[in-house]
Amino acid sequence: MAENAHPVLRLTGVNKSFGAVHVLHDVDFAVHAGKVTALVGDNGAGKSTLIKGIAGIHPFDSGRIEFEGREVVVGGPRDAAALGIEVVYQDLALADNLDIVQNMFLGRERTRGVLLDEASMEQSARETLTRLSVRTVKSVRQQVASLSGGQRQTVAIAKAVLWESKLVILDEPTAALGVAQTRQVLDLIRRLADTGHAVVLISHNMNDVFEVADRITALYLGRVAADVARADVTSTEVVELITAGRSGDLGLATAETL
Amino acid sequence: MSIRTNKEAAVKVAANLADSGFAADRREQTLGTALTDYWTRVRSGDLGSLPAILGLVALVTLFTVLRPETFLSKGNIANLFVQALPVTILALGLVFVLLLGEIDLSAGVASGVCAAVMAKLIVEAGQPWFVAVAAALVTGLVIGTAIGALVSLVRIPSFVVTLALFLGLQGITLRLIGDGGTVPVRDDVVVALANRNMPIWLGWVLALVCVAGFAAVELLRHQRQRKRGLAGRPFGVTAARITVLAVAVLGGTYLLSLNRAATPSFDLRGVPWGVPLVALLVVVCTFVLGRTVYGRHVYAVGGNAEAARRAGINVTWIRMSVFMIGSFLAALSGIVLASRLNSVTPDLGANTTLLYAVGAAVIGGTSLFGGKGRAHDALLGGLVIATIDNGLGLLGAKAYANMLITGLVLLFAASIDALARRRRAATGR
Repeated sequence: MAENAHPVLRLTGVNKSFGAVHVLHDVDFAVHAGKVTALVGDNGAGKSTLIKGIAGIHPFDSGRIEFEGREVVVGGPRDAAALGIEVVYQDLALADNLDIVQNMFLGRERTRGVLLDEASMEQSARETLTRLSVRTVKSVRQQVASLSGGQRQTVAIAKAVLWESKLVILDEPTAALGVAQTRQVLDLIRRLADTGHAVVLISHNMNDVFEVADRITALYLGRVAADVARADVTSTEVVELITAGRSGDLGLATAETL
Repeated sequence: MSIRTNKEAAVKVAANLADSGFAADRREQTLGTALTDYWTRVRSGDLGSLPAILGLVALVTLFTVLRPETFLSKGNIANLFVQALPVTILALGLVFVLLLGEIDLSAGVASGVCAAVMAKLIVEAGQPWFVAVAAALVTGLVIGTAIGALVSLVRIPSFVVTLALFLGLQGITLRLIGDGGTVPVRDDVVVALANRNMPIWLGWVLALVCVAGFAAVELLRHQRQRKRGLAGRPFGVTAARITVLAVAVLGGTYLLSLNRAATPSFDLRGVPWGVPLVALLVVVCTFVLGRTVYGRHVYAVGGNAEAARRAGINVTWIRMSVFMIGSFLAALSGIVLASRLNSVTPDLGANTTLLYAVGAAVIGGTSLFGGKGRAHDALLGGLVIATIDNGLGLLGAKAYANMLITGLVLLFAASIDALARRRRAATGR
């Protein structure tokens, strides 16, 4: 069903240069609701640049962006947020001295008159965490400083869900986590997709990618080397796509790999 | 095949983990768990008001033993409150600045400039008090805006900007007052702030309003939290908070309502007019920091400026505004100080003024590293500092000893802050 509908986000022929360095070459990229799309590539392949373009931090130089079938302009972070695009950054943008509720509503606090509406914020935060079956935090009024890495990741992701985001982009969400915590976060990513969100997962970890992704898009030196369903490829092929830009029939033609 | 079984096993593990915590999300605490939590917080470096309260008890005991006749006399207690007024107001402004991890070294001398502006307008331009006071407050805002712009727009470290202003503003005061000059402040309203007392009945009425207001806010919050199933304090803690505040406010009012004149024929009693001013300021700042979006954003920028920026908070504006608040309150502090001294001299707000105020904020529990602090820190810390100043005065300490001790007290408070912070980092709080 979701395959037939418009993708939540479709990029066509996107280019981005920083000065003389041409970072993204005619990149096509699509993300569907209810699916986890893994974005893989070596360091410098252009993953971060692509994400920052979508998030409006460094807008693209050229190319077409369609969101839910409509062409849109993303000129800044506020445009992206208004569309329903949330990015969960690797360094987790959370304020340690605030509690979970305060962090989840940071910058978008609910008020009654001039007063903060703590009651309604706390209830919504708790509902969201419950909906995501998050059961690992003791209290929603806990300071974020006292949370483990996995719990912090959970809060950051729950924040994206709270805002009814249509597209959630996760930048290396399991990079700094232990085994059990990685487990929790991967489960959460899966639930995120199952509840109808489009999810982009950036990861270097092939186990993670193969466990939760539905599609895999491999970038190689700023070009899309392959955009395949997870079921159609093996881990070895993906690693080859990342490191060499091609693997067997898949990937860029030799002339293009430069 | 093997991947599949791994996954099933993993899901089982996850299910086990899932049963461990959030289902037991604690909303209503009992008195016991609240006390245990408090003790855990203190041990993990979240000291709150504890150092200030312990310090106050220790200092009062010390000075009572050393000067039993004079220290706890009614006249001296009133004197102590009045001494604490300008320090507390200045420290209140610094709490905002310190919450961002910034510093305003020019706050003391800014209060001097503003007091000089006020005194000159009253004495030489013959302006009524409200024009002069308004001009002083506007001067404070202008100074704060300048600091804020240099720090948040030009991005000069606040330490350097305010160090430069520390010297520059003293020059302005000197230019206004003249070398070795003194401008007397005789305006009735301004002088009344620190030198006149409210009628006894008004003191009691305000004290009761204060206690009743606090009790109403606390009880309503408690009721709402319980009704909507939110996390909250147990009733015992709420009741204890109300009791402590009531005892402090009513006890203070009682002490200040006794006749404290040196000669029995003279009647000197009542709460000084400056006290309700400070109380009002503390209430307003508590409200702004704790219950408004602006306050939440101040804490967020102080805790993680990058996170705040990504959350769409205007970090530049927040950074600028805290310096404006700081210098505005510095102006008020200068007015109260001028009232207490009945005059403005070129060194008003210089010397130990700033050190006292920073010390007050830090002793009260505001961190020098940003992100942690409350409005009432300034009040508690201000009382501690005023007690030290007052007690040393009674002991007849020499100027050099006074400077040494004040410097050491600030270093001591900063050490506690730094060590508590390390402890918090180590225990993940």
